[in-house]
Amino acid sequence: MTESEICYLSPVIDDDGAPFWRYAAQSQLRMQACASPACGELRFPPRPCCPHCGSFESEWRLMSGRGRIWSYVVPHPPLLPAYAAVAPYNAIIVELADAPRIRLVGNLVASADAALNSVDPGRLRIGAKVQVVFTDVDGVTMPRWVLERP
Amino acid sequence: MAGLKDATAIVGIGQTAFGKQLPENEKTLACRAILAALDDAGIAPSEVDAFASYTMEETDEVEVAKAVGAGDVTFFSKVGFGGGGSCATVAHLAAAVATGQASVGVAWRSRKRGSGPRPWKNTTVQLPTPAQWTRPYGLLRPADEIAMLARRYMHEYGATRDHLFNIALACRNRANQNPAAMMYERPLTRDMYMTARMISEPLCLFDNCLETDGALACVIVSAERARDCRQKPVYVHSVAQGLPSQHHGMVNYWNDDPLTGPAWTAARHLWKQADFGPDDVDVAQIYDAFTPLIPLSLEGYGFCGRGEGGAFTEGGALEIGGRLPLNTGGGGLSEAYVHGFNLINEGVKQLRGISTAQVPGAGTCLVTAGEGVPTSALLLRGA
Ligand SMILES: [Zn+2]
Repeated sequence: MTESEICYLSPVIDDDGAPFWRYAAQSQLRMQACASPACGELRFPPRPCCPHCGSFESEWRLMSGRGRIWSYVVPHPPLLPAYAAVAPYNAIIVELADAPRIRLVGNLVASADAALNSVDPGRLRIGAKVQVVFTDVDGVTMPRWVLERP
Repeated sequence: MAGLKDATAIVGIGQTAFGKQLPENEKTLACRAILAALDDAGIAPSEVDAFASYTMEETDEVEVAKAVGAGDVTFFSKVGFGGGGSCATVAHLAAAVATGQASVGVAWRSRKRGSGPRPWKNTTVQLPTPAQWTRPYGLLRPADEIAMLARRYMHEYGATRDHLFNIALACRNRANQNPAAMMYERPLTRDMYMTARMISEPLCLFDNCLETDGALACVIVSAERARDCRQKPVYVHSVAQGLPSQHHGMVNYWNDDPLTGPAWTAARHLWKQADFGPDDVDVAQIYDAFTPLIPLSLEGYGFCGRGEGGAFTEGGALEIGGRLPLNTGGGGLSEAYVHGFNLINEGVKQLRGISTAQVPGAGTCLVTAGEGVPTSALLLRGA
């Protein structure tokens, strides 16, 4: 196993997604929104133009960072080495409190820097309230989630 | 609109053995399946002038045409999105033949998934957008992506692991009748299912398709020509592709209703062109890379209402003699996982009356491609 194989996968960031990751590095959860005054719809994943009105103008709106678990899985091997090392862990989908149709894949952890398996899978519940936290993973700031009531 | 309704027919089917480690390469397997299908049809390879396969197919039409001795080829097509492309290959050839662009079409899929690497292990292709939003969090495999939807589906509608077991069992029971199936003579019990190792909770080992080496092919000609072929024609009654508004592939989490997948879009078009409806379908071959795709597809194609797909599986509904016999060769779960092409050929067998798990008097069959990705579907009708 080489060194690169035991790292988590890092996002390969595209032009549309770059602002999300730049704001994450400042510990801000921001979502792309249409900047046309008549529209203003949020959209995710980020993309060049607004599917509602066709505007190419966009802005990045600060979110409260609060949400609810919409669904979750607990992966078991076979997995890539870094993930197999912490399996079974969780991957969750968070529906944002500010924008219920915006759903982010993430991980529920005991604290920002804790391992992907730091929350007992028995504590995962659809509907549980969560709050975003940020942590550095191999040089990229990643949003993660903690339970509002730990 | 003239349309494609019954304008073409599948007149030949062919397949190789299915296994975990076949010695021959994909090109050889493809050629074997194609030549077997042409022989079944009684059509010389030199008459083939159209090909269709998947973008993920490793053997290209130039190599295949050259190897099998095809004639001048005037139509070729490749359909994207993995298992979503299976039925579309037949649909594209039906359109080409019906509009006079070609006269003998061959669709095929050859794959060494049983002995080759797992596609999700190729990290270089999986990280660009939209994977930047999913893979780093350890949502690595198609099983993880579908399990996420399955968990939500079970939560919203009360579907249970028993329902998923009913699906795995129906497919396994049919494979147990099919000597060509990888799971022939390997029965499944509820206890085996409930105690199986987890892959991505809530999905266990038996909720996942097989990993198979093998190839399949079928031959499409006009309905007129089909009457003179060796086999009883199986008419391509209706075809559809489906890429719904806002669709995001397996990670359909960003859709307004993530549980409404491509099946709904394909179904609307499929039924609009058909002379019959879901109640008239005698047997179904529904894409089963993962068990939760079945209840979602049952709902999407209109066999039951929203949220009723789990309950639909109760009381042996998917078994022979049940309300809708399912995946009668064993499907991707228990016959072979060759990106759903075995479902097409099994549909043809049913309508010829030669399936190893024959539904008595079957006259209509629904075949679907992968739900959860841009998909396609066929309604087949017997002669
Ligand atoms: Zn807009």
